[in-house]
Amino acid sequence: MPAHPPSALPISLRGISVEVAGTTLIRELSLDVGGGEVLGLLGPNGSGKSTALRCVYRAMRPTAGAVLLDGESLSEQSIRDTARRIAALTQDSRAELDFTVEEVVALGRYPHQNGSARLTGRERELCREALRRMDITHLATRSVLTLSGGERQRVLMARALVQEPAVLVLDEPTNHLDVRHQIELLGFLRRCGLTVLVALHDLNLAAATCDRIAVLRSGALVACGTPAEVLTTGLVRSVFGVDATVVTHPRTGVLQLLYDMPTADRPIETDSPTTPEGIAP
Amino acid sequence: MRTDASPDLRLFAEIEGAGRRAGSLVLPLIGLTVALALSVAAGIALGPTVVPLGEVLRFLGKALTGGEIRADEVTGYSIVWQVRTPRVLLAAVVGAGLAVIGVAVQALVRNALADPFVLGISSGASVGAAAVVVFGLFAGLGVLALSVAAFLGALVATVLVYFAARSAMGLTPLRLVLTGVALAYAFQALMSVLVFLSPNGQAAQTVLFWLLGSLGAATWASLPMALVGVIVAVIVLMYLGTAMDVLSMGDETAASLGIDAAGLRRWLFALTAVVTGLLVAVSGSIGFVGLVLPHVVRMMVGSGHRRVLAVAPLAGAVFLVWVDVLARTLVPPEELPLGVITALIGVPVFLVVMRRRGYAFGGR
Repeated sequence: MPAHPPSALPISLRGISVEVAGTTLIRELSLDVGGGEVLGLLGPNGSGKSTALRCVYRAMRPTAGAVLLDGESLSEQSIRDTARRIAALTQDSRAELDFTVEEVVALGRYPHQNGSARLTGRERELCREALRRMDITHLATRSVLTLSGGERQRVLMARALVQEPAVLVLDEPTNHLDVRHQIELLGFLRRCGLTVLVALHDLNLAAATCDRIAVLRSGALVACGTPAEVLTTGLVRSVFGVDATVVTHPRTGVLQLLYDMPTADRPIETDSPTTPEGIAP
Repeated sequence: MRTDASPDLRLFAEIEGAGRRAGSLVLPLIGLTVALALSVAAGIALGPTVVPLGEVLRFLGKALTGGEIRADEVTGYSIVWQVRTPRVLLAAVVGAGLAVIGVAVQALVRNALADPFVLGISSGASVGAAAVVVFGLFAGLGVLALSVAAFLGALVATVLVYFAARSAMGLTPLRLVLTGVALAYAFQALMSVLVFLSPNGQAAQTVLFWLLGSLGAATWASLPMALVGVIVAVIVLMYLGTAMDVLSMGDETAASLGIDAAGLRRWLFALTAVVTGLLVAVSGSIGFVGLVLPHVVRMMVGSGHRRVLAVAPLAGAVFLVWVDVLARTLVPPEELPLGVITALIGVPVFLVVMRRRGYAFGGR
């Protein structure tokens, strides 16, 4: 085990396609995320964000193409080797058993352990530090089944940190979080110095957090660039089917989208672009 | 061996009040070991004829050291050594095995309501056993015919469930449970037909008794295979303990922590199938132990699989030894099926403990 966490590593998706039971979920998706960069993945429901992330944290194998971590293809390393360098906050993390918070967080050391489940002194310190950073030290001995959704999300985030990853993959991490914890989490992603690949639904939070933004639609990349380059009225209209006005935050200068709410005389149009048209069965 | 006792006592938290889940396991393990030794001795002593404990220990000593016994002691000696000792030991082994396999199956299908029989394995074994009773299959094997047929039935069922449940996504928990339950119904139907069409009037009763579980046929010969199976299961599962913790968090989380959930599940399935087959072959289908014991143990020591697996075999062994004692002594000279007693004791105890504050399983 390295004495220090590996520094942020670049990760690349090279033309990955995912097909499940004859349905194409992702088609020839290519993305490059530099070391220490925060890349946001946006797109309507079902656009393939989660599928792309699954390929990165090895819950899915791309049908074609490769995911490269620091230039090395993930498919050529063990799933455990990947877990030592890529940590993920997934969507399926619903525990059935009443583990305590510290038990769940300690599992983040699993990929680094050999046989023994005993934590070393350094690992204990790592776990305590993760609890402090996620502001959940007071919950350490609570059952995870008794936590609120937001508390649980922070527990899982702490577990990901304990993995000492070089890359963090997060699938809608702000789900269930209140505004303060949303902002704290995303602020943390900016400061943590890791390479971050994060799927988000909130375009404004994405604009404020991400160095670059990639937009998916029907499993294909439609735009990639800085928030200002990508989040235009036209793109938001065509990808999300929402009319928005782009303004800049008066103090921070960060791009903000103001959405037009549908009204009786201006309903959302029915040719919703979220339907996966153009996908060959 | 580690010198520092329990698998993981307090993990890393600095705050106090970790309570039941973080305490040392040393005392519970010592307590349960002593309880098991006493239970085995009591189990040998108790029965339609009560053998005084001193006699029991003396006979056991003689049997183990090869000492001489007097002619007037032969009856007592053979009751203790030939009849009760193998039976009580088998009760302990089967109880330990069912508890451990219960833990494994609940992790395997990620469902707290699963037990070793939810995968259809025991129903397959029942078909094998019924075939022996009704058709006199494997008559050449003598008393072992029932066990061998039951084990083969269990293996056939396992293979059927495995291939029926397999999909492009691997062996998913829900498909496993659904397939197991569906095939269990099919096997039960098949067995009912066998019994119904049987020209042998005794068949129905024999099959029913076997279905509800019994250690009445226990001999020294039925011990070794079950014992080896249970020991292997405990060792392998202890080794996989932390991986099972991770598996219970969901397949995607497991992947992100470096575990191939589908692969781990295949191994767990194979292990539980073989060991369940071995247990069912010697004791029939004893329900509730595999469902209830894992929960009772979790309530005592928390959900970490290593901790649960350290305690569950001892707890299961003690439990089933006493269940068997009750089965033999409640309505002498008749014997009650074990499944009846495990249900009568297990269900109320389970409901009471479950309703206690502070234990949540399967979500709230």
